Amino acid sequence: MNITRPLPQAVICICILVAGLVAPFVFPDYRVQISLLWIMILFALTWDILGGQMGYNSLGNIFFFGAGMYICAVVQVGLYFDVAEYTSAYGGTIAKFSPNQYFTGFLLGTIAAALGCVVLAVLLSSVLFGLRGPYFAIGTLGTALAARELFATWGWIGGGSGISMPVYPGDPYSRSLFFYFLCFVAAVLTFIFVRWLYSTRFGLAINAIRDDEEKAEAMGVHTKRHKTAAWSISAFFLGISGAVFGNMIGFIEPAEVAFPTVTFGIFMVAMTLLGGKGTLWGPVIGATLFHIVKEVTWTYLLGWQWIALGLLIIINVVYFQDGIVGWIRTRWPEYFGVRIEAAAADKNAQVSR
Amino acid sequence: MFVFQSFVSAMLDNIAVLKVAPIFNVQLVLDGLFIGAIFALAAYGLALVWGVMNVKNLSQGEFVIMGGYFAHVFAQNDIHPIFALIPATIMMFGFGWITYHLIIKRVIERDLFTSLLATFGLALVIQQALNLVFGPDVQTAESGFETRFIFDGLVTVADVKLISFALCVVLATIVIIFMKKSRMGQAIRATAQDARAARVMGIDTDRVYAFTFSLNAAICGAAGVLISMIWVIQPFYGIPHSIRAFVIVTAAGFGNLPGVILAAFGLGVAEQYSGFVMGAEFQQATVVSLLVAVLVWRQIQLSRHRQVVK
Repeated sequence: MNITRPLPQAVICICILVAGLVAPFVFPDYRVQISLLWIMILFALTWDILGGQMGYNSLGNIFFFGAGMYICAVVQVGLYFDVAEYTSAYGGTIAKFSPNQYFTGFLLGTIAAALGCVVLAVLLSSVLFGLRGPYFAIGTLGTALAARELFATWGWIGGGSGISMPVYPGDPYSRSLFFYFLCFVAAVLTFIFVRWLYSTRFGLAINAIRDDEEKAEAMGVHTKRHKTAAWSISAFFLGISGAVFGNMIGFIEPAEVAFPTVTFGIFMVAMTLLGGKGTLWGPVIGATLFHIVKEVTWTYLLGWQWIALGLLIIINVVYFQDGIVGWIRTRWPEYFGVRIEAAAADKNAQVSR
Repeated sequence: MFVFQSFVSAMLDNIAVLKVAPIFNVQLVLDGLFIGAIFALAAYGLALVWGVMNVKNLSQGEFVIMGGYFAHVFAQNDIHPIFALIPATIMMFGFGWITYHLIIKRVIERDLFTSLLATFGLALVIQQALNLVFGPDVQTAESGFETRFIFDGLVTVADVKLISFALCVVLATIVIIFMKKSRMGQAIRATAQDARAARVMGIDTDRVYAFTFSLNAAICGAAGVLISMIWVIQPFYGIPHSIRAFVIVTAAGFGNLPGVILAAFGLGVAEQYSGFVMGAEFQQATVVSLLVAVLVWRQIQLSRHRQVVK
């Protein structure tokens, strides 16, 4: 039914890759914003694994972002210094990282963040995946909010005043390029992985869970195992993004940077819904559009930006639920390789069988 | 790890204080009950909307805060904030009506996450609108009532807290009698039981939904006036109130009014104790952790139920 058309998609992919490689040199002033764009795309893609493909709408995925950030920071600092001393001295003063120390710590920290988030996801999934529908959304939101409050009171990792990350050994120019390409690679890897994932049996299984969990279970899908695995994948990439983002910003603190539930945590949902949830390209398109519009208009809205965001969510959810890709697909199904007669004939064949 | 130890020892010290001077317990329980009564109002509104139209209203706390700002405006214009109860209730009823027709009406039939997200968006809009109008300062509506001292001045009871408690009881009674006796109350209960059957019987369910949502907003508005008199309000304090309402309703189950009241009192007292024992910065963490705990507990119950079904 779905006739894949490899040529145009490949062309689009190559265009995006080239644009991503060229962008930091063409727009050097906007390098940080474009790095953020890749992070946003990663956010939307990882949210869609659960929200769109599996039908479990999490409002607390940002938890893994913050957890990854903190795990990475603790590993980076803890390898060479005492964490409590470092945080109580607000970094900087006692800590000088040699380039070797910095990059080793960063690499190990990122790996630890990714794996640590997977462990956390497995632990949490045993608790949270018994919750269905809106309870799951509220439960995950509660988890993220609780994490924020608890990290803010945990003195060992700096509490509410946060941790200053190790300073990048190099000039600002190479620093911004370094982090740009880290964000870029993380997002591209996520996209490739997710794309592969949706083409496997696993993708079909989580789609079955979305459509009807009980029937899927009756058909022999290990729903719990699949849900845990899907969430772990999401957490893995979010942990990496948290580690990279924390180092890119250079200072982490629980409320605004690590667990920004009402900014990034909601952006990822809004972006995916805008682009069209449950599609491969929806999150990418939604994130790109959202981020560009946001960056261009945000500063001119002067306090009205959050109202605009709230209205966007309401309008999106109430009037435009399929998102951009979903709308295009219903408007021009033939472009997606779905021919009406073929689809109808296919359905008839299924019914008669 | 040293910090953690000092934290635990501080906690033990505070518990020791409670043991040495049990009179502090009276203070904590009283404050918990006074504040819990108001939580019960907001939670009842949520349970109403949840039970009747199956919409989980995440902007519940924002409705409460909106009501609170009525009292704030009254107090600023040298009118006693308690008079704000009437306009706050009426205006919030109207606001609820408009909100229902603009947003909620269109998400009732959709899946549950839709209504959750739509009301979340609404919550963002209200928060920021309040922030733009009133600024981000923490406000309280000065009521000018006296404070009583009992037990040799060890326990303080502000008169305004007693008055707000009494008003809570009065409001709750009015709502309960309304639901039991009035035509609309009966229609609401019929719709909650079976919306389709109610439609067959000639009940205009759309009107019932609109009325239920507006009633909820009105109840929240009244609760907000009381909150701003005995506690504090701020544009972004709505989320904790929403979470409290969710904790209470999830713990009690909707349609269980005594349960809602008990859970609300329990939450109020628990918050006061955690604030005293662990420090005020843990108060919010307690609410959120309780939410997760209640959800987990509910799930354990459900899984036990499932095993029985097997």
